[in-house]
Amino acid sequence: MNKEISQNWITSWNKRHSSEISDIKETLYLIRKSPLTIIGLGIILILIIVAIFAPYIAPHNPETMHLDKRLALPSEEHLLGTDELGRDILSRIIYGAGVALKIMFIVLAIDLPLGILLGLIAGYFGGWIDEIIMRIADIFMAFPRLILAMAIGAALGPNLKNTMIAIALTMWPVYARLARGETLSIKERTFIEAERALGSSNLKILIFNILPLCFSTLIVRATLDMGNIIRIAAGMSFLGLGAQPPTPDWGLMVSSGRNFLINQWWVPTFPGFAILLTVFGFNLLGDGIRDISDPHLRRGKK
Amino acid sequence: MLKYLIKRLMLFVIVIFGVVTVTFFLSHVIPADPVGAILGENAPLELVEKMEKELGLDLPLDQQYIRYLKGIINWDFGMSLRTQRPVSKDMRIYFPATMELAVFALIIAMFFGIIIGIVSAVKRNQLPDNLSRIFSLVGISMPAFWLGLLFILILYYHLGLIPAGGRLSPSISPPPIFSGLYLLDSLIAGEIETFWDALYHLIGPGLVLGWIQTAYICRVTRSSMLEVLNEEYIRTARVKGLKEKIVIFRHAFKNALIPVVTMVGISFGYLLEGSVLTETVFGYPGLGRYAVNSFLSLDLNSVIGSVTLIAIVYALSNLIVDMLYAVLDPRIKY
Repeated sequence: MNKEISQNWITSWNKRHSSEISDIKETLYLIRKSPLTIIGLGIILILIIVAIFAPYIAPHNPETMHLDKRLALPSEEHLLGTDELGRDILSRIIYGAGVALKIMFIVLAIDLPLGILLGLIAGYFGGWIDEIIMRIADIFMAFPRLILAMAIGAALGPNLKNTMIAIALTMWPVYARLARGETLSIKERTFIEAERALGSSNLKILIFNILPLCFSTLIVRATLDMGNIIRIAAGMSFLGLGAQPPTPDWGLMVSSGRNFLINQWWVPTFPGFAILLTVFGFNLLGDGIRDISDPHLRRGKK
Repeated sequence: MLKYLIKRLMLFVIVIFGVVTVTFFLSHVIPADPVGAILGENAPLELVEKMEKELGLDLPLDQQYIRYLKGIINWDFGMSLRTQRPVSKDMRIYFPATMELAVFALIIAMFFGIIIGIVSAVKRNQLPDNLSRIFSLVGISMPAFWLGLLFILILYYHLGLIPAGGRLSPSISPPPIFSGLYLLDSLIAGEIETFWDALYHLIGPGLVLGWIQTAYICRVTRSSMLEVLNEEYIRTARVKGLKEKIVIFRHAFKNALIPVVTMVGISFGYLLEGSVLTETVFGYPGLGRYAVNSFLSLDLNSVIGSVTLIAIVYALSNLIVDMLYAVLDPRIKY
């Protein structure tokens, strides 16, 4: 008896949510069909696991120096060798995963809300507010990103915190433009008019009706940017305008290992490879998510 | 059309004005103590005051701003503290070096990017396509500074194919300066040996920058070609019995060109950005390396100069792309 009821409940739940279920099934199907997306997802998952469990995975402390074992060749004890201060390179790369992910998340946590807020306001209110916000966006986009980030970073003082602020300030215009474009098309729809007729305030409409509809576009774009953020941050650290020693930052490791390139090639090479692999993983994933969310590729939809 | 051009030019002026203002904020308003940063915290007071006066930092902000704008309009950024030369003179030397590198890299990128992109689209989902997609994804994921180091390690140290860095070999003196582009100047002066040496020094940094740009151009060419190849008129052209080559190049590629042109324009911005990292790695004396050294030594005037110049070049390349649009696609009406 009980079983029957629960069975019934499940079928009716399935029926009610059939479109969502088929949507999820289809997404999983599309992911399975794209090996490159799976590889990207795999790289990122490994990266996240490595970052979280760094203290358990890393064979050595990333900051302990062994001056008697400086610049040691890769060996059983130090799988990727040691750097100029005798620190284990593998352990530093493992801890560096957390640094890279932290940079990425904080940058997105600053520039996504900032861009969305300004884009929503510009698109919804239009007129001179729109004009001012979008011209400011144009000005910020008139600098090559790395150059602007370098200038902001140098003005604020070179450290990791300011690097993140600097990169975030160079990226918000992209999200603002996207959010504005979406808002412009959504606000013309009838249901917004209906909301307004029912007496909803502008703020309520913006947050509860328009914002959720912008989200998927912005998330896709943000995934495409994740690799870029890590690459720019690594570039700034390499130039000495980002993370400062002894942070186990990959860009910084390449930078300080540069002096040993010819005779101790492993010192700058492995951290650089970690950057490449990570950015590659994010780009694979971003490409995959973009393709999957592309309505042309989805079955059963117009 | 004319209305659009005027509107676009006005936007350009607004953007440049904004860029200059942002640079002013970054250099004069945000840093709490620019002079202290240059001289150190324990510098004697009179020295600090003298320097503040020299840089105009003792004036109220609005007057500083006017003074600053005047300087930029006259293309006078003051003296560089690091090189002890006027910044505009420094840039006159370093900017052509970067342009030479950027254009060299762009030629490589356009050549390979467009060819690989077309092949990739035509052989969709076959081996060449998959290889080229991986090649270009690796390219856009590549940290330029690291690729540069690998090139130095392998191509210079192990294979001896490229020089270690710089713009000319020590034994060769620069050609008489005319445009500042060594390749051009050496040809004008008839110094063939200098020409080859300058070209030889461009290979390393040029390939690093070129590969990364090839990746971007290749991706855009591929997706744009795929879209066009699906159009009905392409099928018509094939049904008419035209040769596949003609269909691809005359009918498809010509119409797929617009996004590619945009990408080439955007590429130019990336090249300026990439030149910062690449020039630093290869010790190539261009504007990018000049900017980095100015940032690191907090040389305010040359920071302002180089950032302004880079932003102007970038904005100009965007302007040119937008204008090319109007020429390339007669369907676009403004």
